Amino acid sequence: MMKTQNVTIKGTKDGLLLCLDDTCSFFDLLKEVEEKLFPHSQIIDDSHEVSVRIHTGNRLLTKEQEQQLRELISPEKNLIIASIESNVILKEELKRIKTEKGITVVTKIVRSGQILNITGDLLLIGDVNPGGKVMASGNIFILGRLKGMAHAGINGDENAVICAATMTPTQLRIADCFGHSLDRDEISDESECAYLNQEKQLVIEGLPVLNKIRPNINRFVEGGLS
Amino acid sequence: MGEAIVITSGKGGVGKTTTSANIGTALALQGKKVCLVDTDIGLRNLDVVMGLENRIIYDIVDVATGRCKLHQALVKDKRFEDKLFLLPASQSSDKTAINPEQMKKLIDDLKSEYDYIIIDCPAGIEQGFQNAIAGADRAIVVTTPEVSSVRDADRIIGLLEKEAIEPPRLVINRIRTNMVKRGEMLDVDEVTNILAIELIGIVADDEEVIKASNNGEPIVMNPDSKASIAYRNIARRILGESVPLQQLEDNGKGMFSRLKRFFGARQ
Repeated sequence: MMKTQNVTIKGTKDGLLLCLDDTCSFFDLLKEVEEKLFPHSQIIDDSHEVSVRIHTGNRLLTKEQEQQLRELISPEKNLIIASIESNVILKEELKRIKTEKGITVVTKIVRSGQILNITGDLLLIGDVNPGGKVMASGNIFILGRLKGMAHAGINGDENAVICAATMTPTQLRIADCFGHSLDRDEISDESECAYLNQEKQLVIEGLPVLNKIRPNINRFVEGGLS
Repeated sequence: MGEAIVITSGKGGVGKTTTSANIGTALALQGKKVCLVDTDIGLRNLDVVMGLENRIIYDIVDVATGRCKLHQALVKDKRFEDKLFLLPASQSSDKTAINPEQMKKLIDDLKSEYDYIIIDCPAGIEQGFQNAIAGADRAIVVTTPEVSSVRDADRIIGLLEKEAIEPPRLVINRIRTNMVKRGEMLDVDEVTNILAIELIGIVADDEEVIKASNNGEPIVMNPDSKASIAYRNIARRILGESVPLQQLEDNGKGMFSRLKRFFGARQ
């Protein structure tokens, strides 16, 4: 074949998958998408919409390019873009994801009036004194006494948990829900964790329960245990 | 070059002024040249506790604003030869009459002439506090074994950690042994557990302290009182001696009752 094709269309049971070549110019790509997709519009049933997934290979689309693509493959033509995926992301994006998914280690005592606000998970080696406050967009793990306030999942992550070696907080919050430790009958000497149950109630239990309720926290690689 | 120590607490009424007066006096008794500085502008008390009120001519605001020379404002305590001086606060101005830069310069000037400068800090965390800590090399945090007082001390320690000051040391004041025994008052361990800083002294609640303050005579000048010994011990620890903590349980009148109890326990 003289000319290798830049656009490959595959039919799947969910709809169409468009694989776009990442070495040609974007202009050529748009032209080819138009040429390939629309002469065949007779095969696209007028009565219901077809979902389209797009994979751009190693090409990162700019906002404008994405907009052009979305105008071309539009609902007017009974085509719905389900997703645009790429093998590559921006460094900035990666940094953001890294901090969001990463864990920040802090060694200090959070004293009355102090606020520690972390993006991602927080591992605090030290106490949170009464009147002090720790916040994290992810989980909070405290190797010390939690006597102040802790707020996990501040951006609304209801799966976030709060673990502490000694759990005697003035208040706990996970996402938008909060609970007072005053509601507790007995205070354990053991490490404990707090999480939201299915009724969105804040529950405090012993640490072993964590693996059961939030298996995703485990980042342990299979086979690493010998 | 002397050392400036700020006595602070956050909460009012826990005994900053009494502690300042007594630590200062105790250091003077040890032969050090001491200057007490009252930074509680508008609510000055240190002069009253020291019994020097009627000898004040100029005050700290006069010095800071250049109305008089530093040595003109210093009040000499005649009971201690040339060892103890007081720089009184102004009673008519407020905390904004002076700023941290002026304060730092003033303390630096004093440091060249005195071994220890004891700075009595006002309650609160506003400008008065910022002024008081501006020139300090180290800090002593005073707390009583009460939850509210410990909470404020914790806040103050947090604020001090941000400054270029050595880690603060703790004085636990007004401990009532009976209440601690009954579990109605926080004990020393509970307080140090929360605050997690070095303990430099514990002072039992003692009515003699109030009597002495009212007479304008710091309690350390009366060598028999328990509080007096506690303050003297703190001064010795500041000087670098290692002095064991006072036994609080012993409420008896010294050796005789201790002996009696000892034999009583054997029966």
